Amino acid sequence: MKNTANHSFWDIKKAMVLALFIAILPSCSNDKPTIRNPKDMPITGQVIADLTSPPNVPVPIGDRKAKKVIVNMEILEQEGTMTDGVKYIYWTFGGSVPGSFIRTRVGDEVEFTLSNHPDNKLPHNIDLHAVTGPGGGAESSFVAPGHEKTFSFKTLNPGLYVYHCATAPVGMHIANGMYGLILVEPEGGLPPVDKEYYVMQGDFYTKGANGERGLQAFDMQKAVNEDADYVVFNGQVNGLTGDNALTANVGETIRLFVGNGGPNLVSSFHVIGEIFDKVSVEGGSMVNKNVQTTLIPAGGAAMVEFKVDVPGTLVLVDHSIFRAFNKGALGMLKVSGEEDEQVYSGTQMEGIYLPEGSGIQTMPSTATAKEEAPQELSLAEKLNLGKTVYQQTCFACHQPEGQGIPTIFPPLAKADYLNADVNRAIDIVLHGKSGEITVNGTKYNSVMTKQTLTDNEIASVLTYVYNNWGNNKSEVTGAMVKSRRNIK
Amino acid sequence: MNSFYGKIVTTWLCLIIPLTTLAQQKNMVLVKGGEFIPLYGVDSATVKVNSFFMDVYPVTNAEYQQFVIDHPKWRKSKVLKLYADASYLANWENDTTFSKDFLPDAPITSVSWFAAKSYCEYQGKRLPTVDEWEYAAMADAVSPDARKKEDYNKYILSWYETSNTIKNPIGSTFKNYWGIYDLHGAAWEWTLDFNSVLISGESRKDVDKDSDLFCGSAAVGASDLMNYAAFMRYAFRGSIKAQYSIKNLGFRCIQDVNTNQ
Repeated sequence: MKNTANHSFWDIKKAMVLALFIAILPSCSNDKPTIRNPKDMPITGQVIADLTSPPNVPVPIGDRKAKKVIVNMEILEQEGTMTDGVKYIYWTFGGSVPGSFIRTRVGDEVEFTLSNHPDNKLPHNIDLHAVTGPGGGAESSFVAPGHEKTFSFKTLNPGLYVYHCATAPVGMHIANGMYGLILVEPEGGLPPVDKEYYVMQGDFYTKGANGERGLQAFDMQKAVNEDADYVVFNGQVNGLTGDNALTANVGETIRLFVGNGGPNLVSSFHVIGEIFDKVSVEGGSMVNKNVQTTLIPAGGAAMVEFKVDVPGTLVLVDHSIFRAFNKGALGMLKVSGEEDEQVYSGTQMEGIYLPEGSGIQTMPSTATAKEEAPQELSLAEKLNLGKTVYQQTCFACHQPEGQGIPTIFPPLAKADYLNADVNRAIDIVLHGKSGEITVNGTKYNSVMTKQTLTDNEIASVLTYVYNNWGNNKSEVTGAMVKSRRNIK
Repeated sequence: MNSFYGKIVTTWLCLIIPLTTLAQQKNMVLVKGGEFIPLYGVDSATVKVNSFFMDVYPVTNAEYQQFVIDHPKWRKSKVLKLYADASYLANWENDTTFSKDFLPDAPITSVSWFAAKSYCEYQGKRLPTVDEWEYAAMADAVSPDARKKEDYNKYILSWYETSNTIKNPIGSTFKNYWGIYDLHGAAWEWTLDFNSVLISGESRKDVDKDSDLFCGSAAVGASDLMNYAAFMRYAFRGSIKAQYSIKNLGFRCIQDVNTNQ
């Protein structure tokens, strides 16, 4: 929709949408009179664009006038980290995935120079969705290694736009990380907020399966089949966790510029523990309010805004949820400040829910366990039962091969923490665990809830874990579990 | 006799082939001619390639050094800007000494098409056409056309993602069916008619371009993994101009066999 008007489309749809349009007209009509034709906006002066790598964005344009904006973007093919132990050759705009954030306003004249580093193997180009013109600049910017190309365009439509490489094979260039966002602010700028961040989702296709270590080559066949090994924010599994987590203070209003580079998958973007106060749907001018999850198409974007009212960690996910917990589409926004129990109370009461009983009861700490007279199982029986329990109870966080999710859920495979102390492991399954622990040199600070399992089930699942994935083959008995349970 | 596809190819061959049979020079091997369907072709558009001798290895830094010593007009301070851009021999210490960072027997790169063409002509050879180069390069170690083999394509694709291969000595990759090394895995190589198949830079538009050369591209599907590697070569060729000198782009020469064979 880069034309200023599309009359045939409008005529056909007019009757259908007229009633709806009238209903929302009052709210729209307010912005109308200030809009001039951006093509006719005068250019006053020149500025070199400040480009930022994610998750940062350049300062807002505010009320500055339309200018000539010089953008110098360098293409780098370089090795990076997909997740712990997994390397990948990324092709980048500006050395990061997603590429550098470009911030302009409507009516700007952008002079864009694309430089292809001499060490690069391949030609590249750029298609900016904010460009009105053939290929979005792709043809004019097609540049061999060791060369640069310059072209200019006028920003006619305000909004948040994706840019990407469009050199054959296009899918491969995008799959290797060649995408980013360009923002075109409306005249007068976006409403001010306290914090702004740049987040972009992408799917990756590697020769080895998810988690397979070493330098992983791009797998064209998996990409064609849309069978992603990694779905991540900001180019890597830990793009927005640990030291890369976003931060905010209670009471602040946050604006996220969220893009989706694809190449294939559409994102169900959601922030666990928040409701988006405002969403600029698809990065355009329509604002939706009070949104839980917003759809971000591949090659599309959205601006989401929310005020953080309580402290804690908000979790950014693609709510196509296996991507979040199994493929990496998970980020964190850490909010610090004072609790507000009016907004969120925390756990007020804990109990056991028995549907056939009389509602909520407090469980006597050892009652059921004491009455159970565990019949000890053989090793084979425990391994068998343990596998079933693992798949029902542990699998979601600790992952099918006990590999965990780096920095989020600790591994059980070859885990020093697990192998060091069997009783501690039994206690954790019985009573849960929170607070910081170090497993195989990586720090984890998550919560594991206590598990409502029988002594034999706990003995079995722990025996199963200890006898798999390179662990020390300890055998846990029902009696051992029972004795730990009775200590408390 | 000459059924090559494309006017440019034909034109160049008419200009260049003196129709004499030259003796095969040292370090060249015979590539027996035949027919094949290049990336851009459709079933009816097979291309015939005549037999030719091809250099076993790409031209090296040491060989090119000798060339500029013998032919001062190709030294970096003397070369006409029309024939080589500012990146020509960019890493060289001076007019006749290549960078210490590069091995004497590693492939020469950062040379323009004009320079590469001239080098070959001084040897009594010429640059291969795109079709000749692609024909020789579709061989793996055991078969003359390995393009449908998954391993072969993965090898090529992974090279495109590996940096600094131009620092390896020649012969570091596999010896192919014809006895030729380094067609994949060392450096890109100039071809005589590199710009005869146009990838405009707007690759999506090329798909429906009114161009016989490119109608095959619309058919890239899951089974055509082989085309992706070739696509990248054609894209590369489409991005360059004859005076460009690029760090990962070298060349080798070929020689015609008696055209009656």
